[in-house]
Amino acid sequence: MVGPKVKISESNFLKIKEICESFDNNPGELINVLHKTQEHFGFLPEEVQQVVADCLGIPVGRVYGVVSFYSFFTMKPKGKYAISVCLGTACYVKGAEKILDALKSELKISEGGVTDDGKFSLDVLRCVGACGLAPVMTINGKTYGRLVPEHVKEILAEYAE
Amino acid sequence: MDRSLLEGDPHSILEAMAICGYCIGADKGLIYIRAEYPLAIHRLQVAIQQAEEYGLLGKDILGTGFNFEIELRYGAGAFVCGEETALIHSMEGKRGEPTFKPPFPAQSGYLGKPTNVNNVETYANIPVIINKGADWFASIGTEKSKGTKVFALAGKINNVGLIEVPMGITLREIIYEIGGGIKGGKKFKAVQTGGPSGGCLTEKHLDTPIDYDSLVAAGSMMGSGGMIVMDEDDCMVAIAKFYLGFTVDESCGKCTPCRVGNRRLLEILTKITDGKGTMEDLEELKNLSAVIKDTALCGLGQTSPNPVLSTINNFWDEYVEHVTEKKCRAGQCKALKKYMIDPAKCKGCTACARACPVSAISGTLKNPHVINQLDCIKCGTCVEKCKFGAITVR
Ligand code: SF4
Ligand code: FES
Repeated sequence: MVGPKVKISESNFLKIKEICESFDNNPGELINVLHKTQEHFGFLPEEVQQVVADCLGIPVGRVYGVVSFYSFFTMKPKGKYAISVCLGTACYVKGAEKILDALKSELKISEGGVTDDGKFSLDVLRCVGACGLAPVMTINGKTYGRLVPEHVKEILAEYAE
Repeated sequence: MDRSLLEGDPHSILEAMAICGYCIGADKGLIYIRAEYPLAIHRLQVAIQQAEEYGLLGKDILGTGFNFEIELRYGAGAFVCGEETALIHSMEGKRGEPTFKPPFPAQSGYLGKPTNVNNVETYANIPVIINKGADWFASIGTEKSKGTKVFALAGKINNVGLIEVPMGITLREIIYEIGGGIKGGKKFKAVQTGGPSGGCLTEKHLDTPIDYDSLVAAGSMMGSGGMIVMDEDDCMVAIAKFYLGFTVDESCGKCTPCRVGNRRLLEILTKITDGKGTMEDLEELKNLSAVIKDTALCGLGQTSPNPVLSTINNFWDEYVEHVTEKKCRAGQCKALKKYMIDPAKCKGCTACARACPVSAISGTLKNPHVINQLDCIKCGTCVEKCKFGAITVR
């Protein structure tokens, strides 16, 4: 086993190693490994990708290739509450763009952004499979449906601390 | 729709996969599922465990000597992974880029082994067909498309949700009987089927029996079974642009026609909805679409111009209107909207002028106001503020 070539804490290094081992260090399981790793760290920074590559015995380029290809993986930390607005067809037809605009002006960030206090991040995704409730958004996996722009303020208020 | 099958009846899929394995002599099955569906994943895991406990999966199933195990593989948000070669690469832990066929997966698929790829809905039919017999199944549906089909009905319709209908049903029955008609009594305009690879059906298709062939003949396709109903407030040029935006995001970038061609299509469509389109642009849309369809590598690219072609074919007038009259009849293309104050109705109360965020409204107290079209950002604030209904949008 190679040691950590990059700056990363001992405990994080061991965590990644443990995840890779749970998949027998099999490079064919790269996507599953990355899912688990992202679940743990919240995002996949360069250092983490390097350690994954070392554990699985593949070039880091291959890890980066996969991370950058799939929209589910992110190299930037998300907000404490990650908001995703569905821009699938059903939601689009029912006015999802207006919901997105309302969120943008309320949070003062654009798509892919995080608020300065790190509390909210805003992303769009395509169809969460709840088209009957369109337009839909999710906050940390919780689904809000049949939205109108006026709901946005109320919903965000639920997350006030 | 496949998600609800996996959540509602995961055992039907496991059973069908085992039957498939038995038929083709495979002892391992893999389910590729979107990571965005945690509930479906959880239920599948539970179902697999239950099936193993009952001896319906695993070694020597029901004493037949047949072994079959099922594993899950997770997607990570890439639409192109619906294409079978891309899906296989993704299951192998690689980037989900399609490769040229042949070799077909049946020759060389997962880890280079012969692989049979089916979608969830197909499998869900198998246990029922085996139990009730092929004749029973074939008695439902049309000549060429047998059985039933599940559609995800959504959009501007009163009853939304999943429906299972016999092949050969008409759009009219789906929209007006099952769907309860168009929301708010508006006028029906089109139904989009087949998602970003499909096209739209219009009034003239309302009474066509729906099956695989008739949809293709009408310039659309069955695809995933999405059915999005649109009414008179939806602009078809904007819809085509919306789909292209999706394709451009999701193109894996491996081949040029799809990577570059679709981006050009999107640029032209944007130009048109911004009111800067020309008649030559419309021709170019058609040409470019034909080239992309002919030359893209995989299904995603080959079908990506469909929404453009189908809206051009069915709603040519609307495209021309956007170009020559700079008008969007659905009032959706913001840049083409025009807010105007009716001097007869305006009482000169100044409410609109005070509310306009860019001070585009001029006028003095008690005299009719005017909107300066060059400054107007078409936000619609003035319409809300006017108590006399004097501001109209065109
Ligand atoms: S057609 Fe598009 S999605 Fe398919 S291989 Fe080419 S670039 Fe990738
Ligand atoms: S389009 Fe938004 S949930 Fe399906």
